[in-house]
Amino acid sequence: MSAVRPKPPSMIGDALAQVGACGLFLLQILAAVPRSLRHIRETVRQVWFTGAMSLVIIMTCGLFVGMVLGLQLYYVLSIFGGTAALGTVVSLSMYRELGPVVTALLFAGRAGTSITAEIGLMRATDQIAAMEMMAVDPIAYVAAPRFLAGVIAMPLLACVFNALGIFGAHLVGVSWLGLDNGTFWSNMTSSVDVWKDVVNGVWKSVAFGAVVALIAVFQGYTTAPTSEGVAYATTRTVVFSSIVVLALDFVMTAFLM
Amino acid sequence: MAAAPPLRLRWRFVQPDRIDVSDDRAQARTPHAADALIEVRGLRTVLGGKVIFDGLELDIPRGRITAVMGPSGTGKTTLLRHITGQLRPDAGSIRIDGADVTALPRHALFALREKIGYLFQNSALLTDFSVFENVAFPLRQHLDLPEELVRNLVLTKLQAVGLRGAAELMPSELSGGMARRVALARAIVRDPTLILYDEPFVGLDPIALNQVLKLIRTLNDTLGITSILVAHEFAAVARVADLVYLIAGGKVVARGTPAELTRGDSAWTRQFFGGEADGPVPFQYPARDYAADLGFPAGAASSTPHTEPRP
Repeated sequence: MSAVRPKPPSMIGDALAQVGACGLFLLQILAAVPRSLRHIRETVRQVWFTGAMSLVIIMTCGLFVGMVLGLQLYYVLSIFGGTAALGTVVSLSMYRELGPVVTALLFAGRAGTSITAEIGLMRATDQIAAMEMMAVDPIAYVAAPRFLAGVIAMPLLACVFNALGIFGAHLVGVSWLGLDNGTFWSNMTSSVDVWKDVVNGVWKSVAFGAVVALIAVFQGYTTAPTSEGVAYATTRTVVFSSIVVLALDFVMTAFLM
Repeated sequence: MAAAPPLRLRWRFVQPDRIDVSDDRAQARTPHAADALIEVRGLRTVLGGKVIFDGLELDIPRGRITAVMGPSGTGKTTLLRHITGQLRPDAGSIRIDGADVTALPRHALFALREKIGYLFQNSALLTDFSVFENVAFPLRQHLDLPEELVRNLVLTKLQAVGLRGAAELMPSELSGGMARRVALARAIVRDPTLILYDEPFVGLDPIALNQVLKLIRTLNDTLGITSILVAHEFAAVARVADLVYLIAGGKVVARGTPAELTRGDSAWTRQFFGGEADGPVPFQYPARDYAADLGFPAGAASSTPHTEPRP
């Protein structure tokens, strides 16, 4: 029998290598955060770019998710004669799960891809190399501000998403289907706990923001400097971000409940 | 981690000189005895299984303009990347003023790069910034200068490359030649001690070419800047370079002043400067039999065009 141990399949090996490289990249970014504070204007610019510029899609989607949720839950609750609980169920769903998760998925699609494409093109056109040649650390100037922007923007966007979602459910439940306005709000405020529901949701969105921004920056930074390489990198950003967000949501929910 | 040896890059002021360098002046400038700012020893690099350098040895004299020439794909840009520490070789050493670049830690490498200007082959301008901000970028990142001084420095450099009027344009609004001149202004904005030009003449019209040549020569003469020039245009190189290295097959195959190389009778110089297809450097990239590729019996066709008259 051969003493040589079989090599693991390359897909698993490559995936583990990617995870390892991404972890090391995170450490590099965290180490560069103090230096990146010198470029605070760049961080603010990135918060504007990833956060404020994502507001339209976040608000629109939040409104419609809330409206659909209101409609579906009103129908289900009416079977049991419990339509008064509509505000409670909608708000708990939004604060705990839908707000952070759907915002993260939208954020990956809108801001994550643009971060990856931008950094990938900077790599392809030697802008990253030019910064290194000008003795400017690209991790501190390019990667860290975008990572910080993701961490800052995501919880804010999730809050906006939640607000619009609840407004959408109110629009359908109260204005359209005739549920009592006072019942909707009073049941909601009496059953939603700020720390257990709202703050835990915010923590989730902070974690999702960090994960999506890290994946987006890492994919852009390590992309092959070609058009095809940038295209693949943006696709990987959406795919990996979606999988990791949903998996991390399960883990965090299990720990936070 | 061992501390990096102190860098001793220094300024040298010499008298301004004319751009036209005659053979006599070129001889006088021949830097055989000059001290070397950069020493490359036993450089070996293998990229993608291909040997790029195989024991390359050369010296870049201080305060002179040295041109590195050679066939496409011979590793000229790779050599510049080695010198600036962007790429580590498989073996050998590169010493800049005594400091081995291949062994420098990152912070020492960045300290070294603050004294180096680098003109990229594709300009590498930051596309989010205007021309002005691109040139101001190194100043803003490393120096805490008053805005008025930054403005004056940037406009002075832009004036030198003839693009002061384009200061507010974005890189996407520039032609290739203009982008190269902006990149040149950015490379020299901090008056570096060493400048590396990677294909600086590509895309320049004759007027801009003449001005850029004049600028390269003036920078060298007035500030004593050491320059390394990678280019294919021998006529332009001959006007400014004090020393030319011809690299092929991973080694230096010829070295001398432009005049010496023009007169050189080695097979390398004859082929390269004569632009001949036949010689030690194959014009054709290694390939299978030409006739077989075209579907004829193997060996039925030559890989080079047939020029003999038909009977």
